[in-house]
This record gives sequence, structure tokens and C-alpha cells, in this order.
Amino acid sequence: MIISLTVILLCQLLGEVVARGFEWPLPGPVLGMVFLLFFLGLRDRIGMRVPEFGKTLDSTGKGLLAHLSLLFIPAGVGVVQHLDVLAQHGLGLAVALVASTLVTLIVTVVTFVVASRLTGSAVEGAGEDRAP
Amino acid sequence: MNEFSFPLWAYLSQTPLLWLTVTLVAYVAADRISLASRRNPLCNPVLIAVAVIALVLWGTGTSYPVYFEGAKFVHFLLGPATVALAIPLYENRRIVLRAIAPMVLALVVGSVTAIVSAVAIAKLFGIPNTVLISLAPKSVTAPVGMGIAEMLGGDPALTAILVILTGVIGAITVTPLMNALRMKDWRARGFAVGLASHGIGTARAFQVNSLAGTFAGIAMGLNALVTALLLPMVLGKLLE
Repeated sequence: MIISLTVILLCQLLGEVVARGFEWPLPGPVLGMVFLLFFLGLRDRIGMRVPEFGKTLDSTGKGLLAHLSLLFIPAGVGVVQHLDVLAQHGLGLAVALVASTLVTLIVTVVTFVVASRLTGSAVEGAGEDRAP
Repeated sequence: MNEFSFPLWAYLSQTPLLWLTVTLVAYVAADRISLASRRNPLCNPVLIAVAVIALVLWGTGTSYPVYFEGAKFVHFLLGPATVALAIPLYENRRIVLRAIAPMVLALVVGSVTAIVSAVAIAKLFGIPNTVLISLAPKSVTAPVGMGIAEMLGGDPALTAILVILTGVIGAITVTPLMNALRMKDWRARGFAVGLASHGIGTARAFQVNSLAGTFAGIAMGLNALVTALLLPMVLGKLLE
């Protein structure tokens, strides 16, 4: 697990170094995700037999993702520092957040589905069959 | 606060241990409540845990910086978790590659919609520019959104709150909304919620369907990228 975590952190570090070094307007962790993707492809291509790079890496990563909600709590509690701004502009912000989120969800899902049909990339099994 | 003036409390309340533990306990409890409600979208774990912790801080007269000293260890993991999104992405690479065209289109259209709709509506309510700048990256994952807001002269701490509220709103509304629209493509449902509501939406998508979760994770990563590139241009036009 430590090796898996090290691999993930190395990817993030490399992402930060590249993003800041080249002054790309990209977040380091997002670039780190791309590096990990390359690493996983490389791993399978040359068939590394180190378990830490295989199942353990997968389970460490999925363990992190399974509790993604937890990671947002510290920043969320920061709401206590901004109650004044929220109270002052509460109505406007509430309407903007709710309306914008709903509109974005609808526009995105419709664009995806329409484009998917037009390009013929609808996938069997991506729809009803998988519904729980 | 007389009952909290014991030396032990004075010591504990200043250590990272206490507030880290409080964060984890609140999360475990909130997650249990969410599970007991059969993942009812209204019982959002982030919302419940934040409310509980905020009450504890208020009740004990603890400031946010003191709390964050402990909670920062959890906060730090947002970065590695973003990197780890590569794992489900790689596992589903075939299905993802086949959907590349709809993804790119939905990404650009959705990303611009998220920025423009939020800022335009808030502007109608006469909200000042510094708040508008902090609001603009609301659909992007917290660390990235905060970076964008800071770069453009907004308030990153306010952005963090608005980002999390957006995440919670998306996570609560996505399932009933998509069902009402009769959307059955899990890729599209996941992609929409990841784009509109970043990691909190992605966490919700993983609760419902793993393919939806994967597409949500991709959308979240790509939207962070696209918003970082597009927002400065789009916002300049909106604030004129």
C-alpha cells in the first residue's frame, strides 16, 4: 500500500512540477492523473510483476475514491467563515447555484446523448442493462 | 464557556488529533445515515458532516483555522484522489475511447454553460464582481477552482464554499432529474454530474453505478482543465 501511495504521490508531484515549470494553466493533480494513466498503460505493456503496481495500486486508488465525500468536508466546514457574505447575497447566490447546476446538468446530458447518437458511439450495455 | 476551560480541553482543542478525529467520526456517522436512508440523495454525507462539525465548532468556540490544522490531512488527500481517478479510467478505457466524440462536445458546451449561467444569474441580483469571480469556477473541483479564483482576483475561501454547495446541489438533484428526463445512458448521466458537480457529484455517481462514476471522474478532470483555460476569456466578456 505504501508503494502504491508513493506511485500516486510521484505522479502528482510530477504533475505539479511540469504544470508550474512550464507555467501551464493546468492543475497539477489533473496532469498527475494523466501521468498515472501512462504508468498503468506501461505497466500492462511490459507486464511488470510487482504486486504493488497491480492489484494493490488499484485497491489503494479505489479506496481513496470510495470515500471521496470525506475529502470535501474540511473545505466545506469553511462555510462558518463566510456566513456574512452568504447572508448578504444569500438569495442571489442560492438561485444562481441551483439554477446553474440544473441547467448545466441538463445541457451536458442532452449534448452527450445527442452527440452519442449522431456519431454512432452509443454502447450496448451502457444503458438500461446496467440499471441496478 | 466555563465547562470547556479544563487544561485537558485547552490542550486537546489545539491539537490536530482532535479535529482530525472529529472530521472522521462525523463522516462515518454521516455515511451511516446516508446508507440507512438507502443512499437517499437528500441525506448527502458531505452536507450532514459539515453541518455537524460546524455546530461542534460553534458550540466549543473553536475557530476555523484551528479546526483546519487537524482537518488539513484529509484535505490534502483531494490531490492524490484526483490522480487516482486514472485507475477506473484505465479499467474502462475501451468504453471511454468509444465515447470520445460525445465527451468532447458535452465537455465544451457544459463547461461554458456552467460558467455563463451562474455568473449571469448572480449578476441579475446585483452581486458584486469579487463575489462573481469567486462564483465563476463553482463547478470545478475545489483545489482547482480556488486556484482559478485567486488568479483572477476572487476570494478562494469563498470559492471553496460555493464549489462545495454546487457539489451538494448536483449530488442531490441528479438522480431525480435524470430519471424525470428518462436518461438511461449511465455514461451521459455520470458525465453530466461530474462536469456540473465535480468530486461530490462523482462520489454520488459511484454510489449509483460504477460506469456512471467513471464518466463522472473523467468529466471532473477534463472540466478542471477546460475551465482553467476558458474561464479567464469567458469571464472577461461577462463582467464588462
